[in-house]
Amino acid sequence: MDRIPILQVGDFLLVSIQVDMHDRLAMTLQDDLADQVVSKRASGVLIDISSLEVVDSFIGRMLGNMASMARVLGAEAVVVGMQPAVAITIVELGLSLTNVRTALNVDKGMELLRALVNPAAEEGGREHDQD
Amino acid sequence: MNTTKTDTVPVRTGEDTVRARQRVKAWMAELRFSLVEQTKMATAVSELARNAVVHGGGGSARLELMADGGRTGIRVTFEDQGPGTADIEKALKGGFSTGGGLGLGLSGARRLVNEFEIWSEPGKGTRVTITRWK
Repeated sequence: MDRIPILQVGDFLLVSIQVDMHDRLAMTLQDDLADQVVSKRASGVLIDISSLEVVDSFIGRMLGNMASMARVLGAEAVVVGMQPAVAITIVELGLSLTNVRTALNVDKGMELLRALVNPAAEEGGREHDQD
Repeated sequence: MNTTKTDTVPVRTGEDTVRARQRVKAWMAELRFSLVEQTKMATAVSELARNAVVHGGGGSARLELMADGGRTGIRVTFEDQGPGTADIEKALKGGFSTGGGLGLGLSGARRLVNEFEIWSEPGKGTRVTITRWK
């Protein structure tokens, strides 16, 4: 498998990483995602890492890059599904992922993305709570 | 202390790095290390294998299953014949990197294991040994 597929769901792009990525594959994904955010005019990106058993400093940096890149291109990004053992490990490793928004699973991530992209419309009558 | 099983895998490419961490994780799963222990060791292996590929021009990883009294451990030794470094202390400080990474490779790997040993000599190469006990 030479590429991680990127699916379009409405205005969002959905990436589900189902393979143990080597570095080059991760770089390709990063480039592909930047291209597609622009070409599909995406307003949000959801990255599902629930199948990843190892997130080392390189993959962590790549996740951070993808989130930052999406933001620079005008889209919001959320990383979802991190395994608990992976979370424990990256904290000990020293990876903070401070610039990466995360959510527990795809459902929560989609909810968060919708709220980020269109805060006024989320959950009906809450629009006047802002400001 | 006895070595009860060994295996040597090449670490020359990014794909080798993936294979090395998967092999170590599989060994540890077989030994019923906890998932967190497997993940920490596999992540350390990934960092050090990448270092050998990126900084050392490729090398090898030797896996050893250790038995010491009642406890079991897994040890992995990475060896390359790359440029090495004269300043190990500096290389071990998080944030230092000449390879364009986050510089967490060595320092991060050390935090994830029980034992960590490094030898490096300019012009000769680098050898890093990590062990995780159950």
